[in-house]
Amino acid sequence: MNIKYFSWVKDQIGIEAEKIKSPPNIKTVKDLIIYLKTLSDKHNEVLNDTRIIRCAVNMEVVNLDHNINDSDEVAIFPPMTGG
Amino acid sequence: MGDFNLTKEINTIKSQNNNIGGIASFVGIVRSGSNDTLKSMTLEHYPGMTEKMLKKIESEAKTRWKLKDSLIIHRYGKLLPGEQIVLVATASEHRNNAIKSCEFLIDWLKTKAPFWKLEDTISGKKWVSEKNSDLEAVTKWNN
Repeated sequence: MNIKYFSWVKDQIGIEAEKIKSPPNIKTVKDLIIYLKTLSDKHNEVLNDTRIIRCAVNMEVVNLDHNINDSDEVAIFPPMTGG
Repeated sequence: MGDFNLTKEINTIKSQNNNIGGIASFVGIVRSGSNDTLKSMTLEHYPGMTEKMLKKIESEAKTRWKLKDSLIIHRYGKLLPGEQIVLVATASEHRNNAIKSCEFLIDWLKTKAPFWKLEDTISGKKWVSEKNSDLEAVTKWNN
């Protein structure tokens, strides 16, 4: 599964993308975040408060209960501030 | 990403459509801060999703208002105070559709298009937070 990070999520974790081989118990975006938090202290800190982060699966913003699979591209970022 | 020229874009819209009665436009500009505190602003975006969302936002406007044409140009990368960030333009036979849809497009793209602003100020770098006023602006279009 391809994971992308943007804005301060990227800055604080320290990488802009990573590829993970997802364990079989990952069914939803929420499961993925719980798994990502185990990867490092930085991941754990940045992804701790899911109220301040947003997720997109295959470039569509989704809720945490959205189902995902290995071929998906998942992006994690703060609320968007364009315009 | 390169700058845009409002007059040139409006002329293109006019030349590609007939029976346009009005064109509304909005140009977003990098503010310098109340005491010229901003040195630069860097816009990050999510390539691929940006194009997808801008298309989606434009097609939503076209389902809500009768438009002859619409255009969104959103720059990214490092921009200086006074530089143009974004252009939204809408063209219709009658003014109301152009004006309303232009406001809708800029309200929607502020919170739905994947851009993030990093401000470099005299006191350091800071990612811009989501504004409540932008969230309120977008909810007024729910119906």
